[in-house]
Formats: sequence, structure tokens, C-alpha cells
Amino acid sequence: MATSISINNISKKYDDTPALNSISFDINQGELFGLIGPDGAGKTSLFRILTTLLLADGGQASVAGLDVVKQYREIRNIVGYMPGKFSLYQDLSVQENLDFFANVFHTSMEENYDLIRDIYVQIEPFKNRRAGKLSGGMKQKLALCCALIHRPQVLFLDEPTTGVDPVSRKEFWEMLKRLKKENITILVSTPYMDEATLCDRIALIQSGKILSIATPDEITGKYPQKLFAVRSENNYQLLKQLRNDPQVSSAYIFGEYLHVTFKNDVPVIEAEEISPTVEDCFIQLMEMS
Amino acid sequence: MNSAITTENLTKQFGDFTAVDRISFEVAKGEIFGFLGANGAGKTTAMRMLCGLLSPTSGKGTVAGFDIYKQSDNIKRNIGYMSQKFSLYEDLSVAENMRLFGGIYGMNSKAIASKTDESLRELELTNDRNTRVKSLPSGIKQKVSFAVSIFHTPEIVFLDEPTGGVDPIARRKFWEMIYHAAEKGITVFVTTHYMDEAEYCNRVSIMVDGKIDALDSPEKLKNTFMASSMDEVFQSLARKAKNS
Repeated sequence: MATSISINNISKKYDDTPALNSISFDINQGELFGLIGPDGAGKTSLFRILTTLLLADGGQASVAGLDVVKQYREIRNIVGYMPGKFSLYQDLSVQENLDFFANVFHTSMEENYDLIRDIYVQIEPFKNRRAGKLSGGMKQKLALCCALIHRPQVLFLDEPTTGVDPVSRKEFWEMLKRLKKENITILVSTPYMDEATLCDRIALIQSGKILSIATPDEITGKYPQKLFAVRSENNYQLLKQLRNDPQVSSAYIFGEYLHVTFKNDVPVIEAEEISPTVEDCFIQLMEMS
Repeated sequence: MNSAITTENLTKQFGDFTAVDRISFEVAKGEIFGFLGANGAGKTTAMRMLCGLLSPTSGKGTVAGFDIYKQSDNIKRNIGYMSQKFSLYEDLSVAENMRLFGGIYGMNSKAIASKTDESLRELELTNDRNTRVKSLPSGIKQKVSFAVSIFHTPEIVFLDEPTGGVDPIARRKFWEMIYHAAEKGITVFVTTHYMDEAEYCNRVSIMVDGKIDALDSPEKLKNTFMASSMDEVFQSLARKAKNS
């Protein structure tokens, strides 16, 4: 499989604060790759380095075979970037924003209409509205259209679903699945662990380090302990008691249940063993690091 | 009944757009109440009316026993508020932020001093008393922000998407702080887009197009909608609205 994005020992510091700590991994052509981690993990720094907007302190990276430092001009022509912060022109209308970005890339909306059609039809009714006056979900769709307007080879989406409600999030991921069929490589970051399962592969990132990198199934398959779900009328009280129990290894609230692991050789009576989620794995890897 | 919040047909119109459409509900004292809804469903508008920041078009409401039309100053004194955007002063230390907010709410120096010690101990930040907020990791900032919002021991605290972007362990620690505050009798009114967090609430309301379409305990909502999770409940209600 061809490599689309290659990252080798990339490091970045801001003053004395390390943001990325010698990170390396490759992303394949046409892959939907998720960078999963909380605020401050280093996701945005990595995006900015790969989109040639920030220089790394050390290491090399390439996008579509182009070096992010030496060939930044070429890279800028072939990537689409949707930053975490809404960065379109608030005082331009929906249509004006689209025309502007099409112009900058020497193309027109018509030329690549098939790529954005599914998304565009949802914002078309508001095409004369100023971008600043759109709802959050609509802004997100417009930003995605603008990032796609020149048919990029690689699409960078930095937290496209942060602060977005669960229904709109689901819709957004359905759009990504359709884009994947166009053989566009997509690197997407998110703090929502449930979105991880929708990616081909994921990297779990925390404090500038990669905790794990694999398919979602491989990551949950590597969970090292038996995991149990327990619940009571008052989960908070139960949680406090479990935390004080010397035989309990970890206990966290997880929806209506507590997810609990035990130290070796504790016979468990009537607790349901469950499969770990990506979020369980993230917690476990954080505790180990 | 001892209610922390009551509303009756509370409505807000902006021009001919009805953002909040005759919502009626009660929140009991000490309850953890989840206020859910899609983006644009009217949650923020409703919350702003309850906090005394926006005058309703019609309907009734009381918060901490005060009328939302006539006694909004009293309401502001008796509630805490933490927004999704981080709301501390980054260049002040942890203790200075506490002193500032304590002072704004009219606490005297002695009360501020003892409450600061207590809060720092609960946050396990005794050694970071003089650390500037901007150098704290984001998960810790969020916890400090919550501690500051309940520093003056309000009757009710409003939390607007308090856990966005926080790591999974910090998110759970944050919810343990919420449980702890509720145990001490503070009513918690919280919005979130994490559906697993909806499960942590005593009761949950789901707003769709300005109306409250469902309100019950997570358990009962799941039974009513024959769903296995709150995410399914939410999806079925909010999707229906989008298709109509």
C-alpha cells in the first residue's frame, strides 16, 4: 500500500513545554486515520506541521511524498485543511466563501461539484447568508466544502466534531465515509473516543506521545485485563467503596455502569465480563504511562 | 416541594423565531439534572433565561426561589456558572482566582481564606496554590474552574458543556466532583454532548426545536424508547426533529 503521510521523529516545543515528543508513524493512501486524544495532547501541533504552517524542532515529515519543509508550496496545493477554530470569512456569504476558496486554488465550484454535492445541498438553502450567521452544524459543513473544493489528495480535519451534538456528529462521519470512497486520505482528530471505531486505524495520543497505534479492534483486543461492568442504585457510593477495596485494580464510571478491573486471582461472583471500548484502553494506557 | 428551579410555559422569541417554546419543568434541590439537546435546540437560550441574563417573552420561572423577571440580581448571587469556554483568569494564580471570585460574591476575607484551603485540599492542589492558571494542564484547569464556580456555595450551579475536550480520566474525575457537590446539597444543572454523561444524571431532559420532548431518569427514558443507551434515545428524538 502506498504511503500518503510519513512522520519521522517529529518533535515540537513551545518555550520549555514539549508539545510533540519524537513521534513517528505512516498513514496509507486512502486511509481514514484518527488521531484520538484530549486537549493539549499535541494534535493541533501535528496538523500544523503537516500542513506546513508550523516548523518542527526536529524530525522529518512528508505528505504525498513531498517534504513539509522543502516542498511546502506544492503541499499547500494538494491538501485540504479544516482547522479546529472556524476560519472562514464571517462577513462573506456561504457562496462568496466557496467562490473565494475555489479561486485561490484556480478552480471553480462546478469543476469538482460531484465531490461536494452531498454536503453542499445541505447548505445551499442558506447560500446567501453570511457565514458568521450560520449555526454550528452548518458552519462545519461549509468549512468541509471549502476544504474539498480543489479536490485535495489529503484532507486534514482538526476536531471537526468538537462541541457538535451526537446527531450532527453521526451525519459528519457518514460524509467522511463517502469521501473515503474517492480515495482521499483523511487524517481526522477528535476527543470523542466513540468516533475512533469509525476509523480504519487510530493513534491514541496523550502529552505529545503516541500511546498506541493500530486498528480499533486491535487496540481493544490488546486490553490486558478482564474488565467487568457493575452497577448499583448509587454508583457514586459503590465507586468510593470499590476504590478503597485493596483487590480492585481500577474503577471508573462508564455510563450507567462502573467498569472495574481486579488484581490477580480474585474470584468474581456475578459480575458481567464485557469487551473494552477504545475509551477503556485509553484510560488503561494513560495509567501505565 | 422544595424545588431549585421551576418553569411554567417559559418562552423566548427572537422576532418571529421561537427559540424556547413553552417549556415547563422542575428541578429538585440536590438533583443532578442533565439538560440535553441538539445544537440550536434552544438550550443556551433557556439557560440564559434561568441565569437571569435574558428576559423571557412569556411564561413563569423561579430559580433558587427567586422570580426570573423581577429578582434576577438575587438569582445571580445564588447561582454558580461555568461555561464551555474556560472562564478563569490565566495570569492569576489558583488562589488569586478564588479570592477574586469569592470577593465578587461578597465573601469576607476570613471565609475566602478558609474556603480556599478547603477547595485546594479537595482538588489535591495544595502545592499549586500560587501556580498561574495558564501553566496548569487542561484537565486540572477544568476542575479549578468548577471549584471556583461553587466557591461561594451557591444553591445551584449551571455547567455548560463542562467536559469538552478533556481526557477520559479527567472527565471522570470531573464527574466525581459533580457527585460530591450534589452530595453536599448543591443542585447541578448540566449540558453535555457526551451521552455516557447523560447516564450520570438523576434526571435528563431532551430539548428538540425549542420544546422539551422527553424528561425522566435515564433508566425510564431508555425503557420508554426501548433503547439500550441514552445515545439511542437522543438519536431517535433528535433525528425525528430534523426529518420533520
